Amino acid sequence: MQQLFYVFGSLAVASGLLMVLQRNPITAAMNLVVTMFSLAALFVLLSAHFIAVIQLLVYAGAIMVLFIFVIMLLNLQDDELRPRGRNFIHLVSVAVVLFAMAQLWQLLSRTPAIPLAPVDEAYGTTGEMGMLLFSDYLFPFEIVSILILAAIVGAVVLAKRRLD
Amino acid sequence: MLGEYVPVLITLVVAMGLAATFILLTTILGPKRYLRVKMEPFECGVEQLVSPRRRFSVKFYLVAMLFILFDIEVVFLYPWAVRFRELGWYGFGAMMIFLGVVFITLAYEWRKGALDWD
Repeated sequence: MQQLFYVFGSLAVASGLLMVLQRNPITAAMNLVVTMFSLAALFVLLSAHFIAVIQLLVYAGAIMVLFIFVIMLLNLQDDELRPRGRNFIHLVSVAVVLFAMAQLWQLLSRTPAIPLAPVDEAYGTTGEMGMLLFSDYLFPFEIVSILILAAIVGAVVLAKRRLD
Repeated sequence: MLGEYVPVLITLVVAMGLAATFILLTTILGPKRYLRVKMEPFECGVEQLVSPRRRFSVKFYLVAMLFILFDIEVVFLYPWAVRFRELGWYGFGAMMIFLGVVFITLAYEWRKGALDWD
């Protein structure tokens, strides 16, 4: 279990790094798919089975299509993808990230390990999700429909204005 | 619980193995003769007129966006469908409120012509 966590965790980090370091946008997007897949595996290890499947379906599937469309929409040429010179802002941002990681490491090393409570067999399955969704989380669930409404209105307004 | 994922793992290994084998076989066995004429891009026997790396229309993006949003809507139907009997009329009512709002969005984008291609 723990070994699997390290396998998929390092896979997620490695593919995430590869994605950032890649100059070709499509290659970077393909690396992002590997990251999404590793995250889905990590969700499985957390007994979040339904979320893991949705992670694959929505993120590795649908959201990736959106990313590819944006890449094709922008259609960057090779000379636009060439690296620009490093400046002061780059150095500062790298320093800030390193500092934040050091802080996080300090915090985590001081946190005592919490023994994992065993979860029910059905925990995280679609049925259990359904029961929770329609009892404790009914209001947030209904709010999601408003969120979808807002997102669609936004998308239509923005894209349609470009078309007219 | 993790044992249920063994078939997924097997499928993954077989798929990756198959793809890797095919790529490996074609690189090893396939003859590679790069003739100038052969490497020229063409379409239906006609020489290339414009660059194939043209910009995509923003219309595709809108369609993809709408697809994702309705995809997410369908995702919420799954947990309800699995526990349909236990949730009964209460669940049905809650789901209908949810679907009602999403239906308003569908009507909105239909009227706005977001589903038309032109």
